[in-house]
Amino acid sequence: MSAFLRLDGLVKRFADTLAVDRVSLALERGEMLALLGPSGSGKTTTLRLLAGFETPDQGKVLVEGEDLTRVEPVSRRFGMVFQHYALFPHLDVRANVGFGLESIGVRGAERDRRVARSLALVDLDGFGERRIAQLSGGQQQRVALARALAPEPRVLLLDEPLSNLDPTLRERTRRELRDVIRRVGITTVLVTHEQDEAFELGDRVAVMREGRLEQVGTPDELYGAPANAFVGGFVGRSSTAEVVVIGSTDRGARIRLEGVEWDVDGVPGRPGPPPGPALMLVRPEALRLTLSEPAALPATVTGRRFVGPSALFTVRTDGGAVLDVVAAPQAAPAGARVGLMPSRRMGGGIHLFPPDGR
Amino acid sequence: MTAPPRARLLAGLLLAVLAWLVIYPIALVLLEGLRDPSGWTLRYVRLFLERPTEWRALWGSLWISVVSVILAALIGIPLAFLLARYDLPGGRVLGGLVALPAVLPPLVGVVAFLFLYGETGFVSLLVQRLLGLTEPPWRLQGAGAILLVHAYSMYVYFYLFVRAALFSLDGSLYEAAASLGAGRWRTLRRVVLPQLYPALGGAALLTFMTALASFSAPYIFGGGFRVMPTQIVSTRLNGDDRLAMVETISLTLLALAALWLFRGAGNVDLAGGGRKGAGPERIRVRSRALRVVVAGLGWGLAGLLLLPHLTLLLVSLVPLGTWTTEPLPPIYTLQNYVTLIQDPVRARPLLNSLWLAAVATAAAVAIALGGAILSASRRVRGGRLIETLLALPWAVPGTVFAIALATAFSVHAPWVGRVVLVGTLWILPLAYLIRNLPITSRAILAGIRGLDPSLDEAAAALGAGRGRTLRRITLPLLRPALLAGASLAFVTALGDFVTSIMLYTYDTRPISLEILSSLRQSDVGVAAAYGVVLMVISGAVFALGADRGGSG
Repeated sequence: MSAFLRLDGLVKRFADTLAVDRVSLALERGEMLALLGPSGSGKTTTLRLLAGFETPDQGKVLVEGEDLTRVEPVSRRFGMVFQHYALFPHLDVRANVGFGLESIGVRGAERDRRVARSLALVDLDGFGERRIAQLSGGQQQRVALARALAPEPRVLLLDEPLSNLDPTLRERTRRELRDVIRRVGITTVLVTHEQDEAFELGDRVAVMREGRLEQVGTPDELYGAPANAFVGGFVGRSSTAEVVVIGSTDRGARIRLEGVEWDVDGVPGRPGPPPGPALMLVRPEALRLTLSEPAALPATVTGRRFVGPSALFTVRTDGGAVLDVVAAPQAAPAGARVGLMPSRRMGGGIHLFPPDGR
Repeated sequence: MTAPPRARLLAGLLLAVLAWLVIYPIALVLLEGLRDPSGWTLRYVRLFLERPTEWRALWGSLWISVVSVILAALIGIPLAFLLARYDLPGGRVLGGLVALPAVLPPLVGVVAFLFLYGETGFVSLLVQRLLGLTEPPWRLQGAGAILLVHAYSMYVYFYLFVRAALFSLDGSLYEAAASLGAGRWRTLRRVVLPQLYPALGGAALLTFMTALASFSAPYIFGGGFRVMPTQIVSTRLNGDDRLAMVETISLTLLALAALWLFRGAGNVDLAGGGRKGAGPERIRVRSRALRVVVAGLGWGLAGLLLLPHLTLLLVSLVPLGTWTTEPLPPIYTLQNYVTLIQDPVRARPLLNSLWLAAVATAAAVAIALGGAILSASRRVRGGRLIETLLALPWAVPGTVFAIALATAFSVHAPWVGRVVLVGTLWILPLAYLIRNLPITSRAILAGIRGLDPSLDEAAAALGAGRGRTLRRITLPLLRPALLAGASLAFVTALGDFVTSIMLYTYDTRPISLEILSSLRQSDVGVAAAYGVVLMVISGAVFALGADRGGSG
């Protein structure tokens, strides 16, 4: 068995709802996996099943082949950083970080040494005497990380580790968090509903919805080849329209959309869509605005929003589809009549799914 | 996670103990009231129904309680508004003073009223002299006297509940109402009052139940006017045990009916610290004249409220037999306190009360803590039942529990869970313990609910077992709640009169009984000294609990 940490067909039911539905995952040693999904998608429950705070109705949790499913959290040797940190308010920083060390019998000078090392790791040398209430949110987050790492756990679990921070702090803390975890080299599972967080922190990202795993892959894979319309819509910006697939080409498929016909590229290695009605999911950069081409889909510019060097246009086709398109800021004023064409330059970025999006 | 077997065992054990202490004695009273040595009978029920005195006592209990609620509301609500909403000179101090009747144990308050407004009380004598009367201007007796004491001691509930609710109101509500063009009255009627309903309901229920169970005032001042608790005691003194049981059942039913009527009444966080953000700004009284008037009224009222405390202090300094006809005592010494400490017979009740209360409090805290932890961890079934049993004694008047315990523990029948405790050292601590379960468990449960549940999980993830988590995390964080619960329990047990009078023995006679017997022997100085000691200990323990509770 090559995987270090395995989740094998986990199922968890609360009353009538199936919170986690047959979730299986495998992580290499030292890998970081992000569980990404909207609230209620079962990602936090999955993490709690991993930590042992919930017991699965079916399935197993294994580390290096050892079955931990029925092992109490106390004996799992998993480190966890809680969403609100759960730092012990009546203990100082040192006692918080040393708490887990005492559990495994590390005391005295050895404990102090390892506490100091953990604090140094998160750049909080000399903060040992501080009370928790005296720390800023970012510092508390780092103490929580140091506390989780101090007993050298086998797996690190992070529950929305950045959600409690100021947006301005979040990006910097995210980088620091990634650097610390990389340096320690610990196998990590984190839960987040922020795509940016998942993409920066996860070697791979597992997208969840309604208790099920929708897709697991690297950020590139998820963005470039979403398994379904939900993943495509949840990861990155996109818009959708109903189209009809009229045939396949050697690079992909030919579709009809409100009377115009486009050739779109498929994902290499994935079978093309069957002919018939389909749901098109399109990235803003996969379309371009044009003024004079005959094959263009006629539309009206209804909104324009600057995003750095380019602008994001919202257009409404004559058939009523609303699509986002990236173009130069001066490409068209609001209210202008424009045409839409697939952008050849990019290749990809237009995905076709069965009409129900699955 | 499913509950570990040990937790399930503990929960089962606790349920059994609680059922034995809380339900069983009352159930026994219910059964015994319907029996006599020859078997089942409705004789005593019929006797009860036929006697007009019983109906008068029941009716007296009911109307006295209703009027007590009205009077307490009329004093407490305006006071809370005045002190919570308006910025008065010395308002902070005033806000604390106004809650002072709470540190007077019921019997001590009654005694203080006797010294003040009784036939030879300071105020009575003053009025008599001023008006040149030959007789005292009034007699402190009957329903009026009872209501006076009730209004004085029970408005505090309305004051504290409404004040807490006002403090927890979001200040921007007032601003929103003002920005929508609502005047002060419309804001009060449409915005503020509806938010106060839970607090008002809670205070009304608490006042009603306290008044229904009130024993000291009717016992001392009632005279021919009987309420059910005093009726029960006198029936029992006459030896009609089974009639007393039927009376007990009628009082219990009345209490349960009130509880059912008020079932929607809310719980209020009296600390008022539950929410974030600023409470509403206080309104400054602009007009100088009005400020003086309002402040004068406020401080005048505070003086009136403090009069009983001051009177006790004054009387406690008067040696026996030195004060006869003068309006104010001529001699002041510490003689009474010296007697209290040096005379072993007189010191005994003080020591008794201290150890009785300490034992009862320790046991109540232990049981309440166990119950609260078990019922807060949603992994144990029966948690809600534990909570209900812990809260139940609150709904049952003290007299009822005294009768119930006297019934249950006067028989030696270990195989049905009955042993003879009546007449032993242990009946009083047991009674105090049961009566204290609701307040201690309420404080501790609130504390546990206020803890972030992920702290427990964090400790577990860091490899700490249940014992270490309890010792290092849960208990230290619960300290404020434990102290608050313990101090309330201790103070209540220390001042208890209603259960003590029915269950004490000579060896365990508590302070309240000694106060009563000192009064009977006209040794008012010593009675007052006991009262002051009780008041000071209560105040100190309260302050300790509140202080630690606040800064945790």
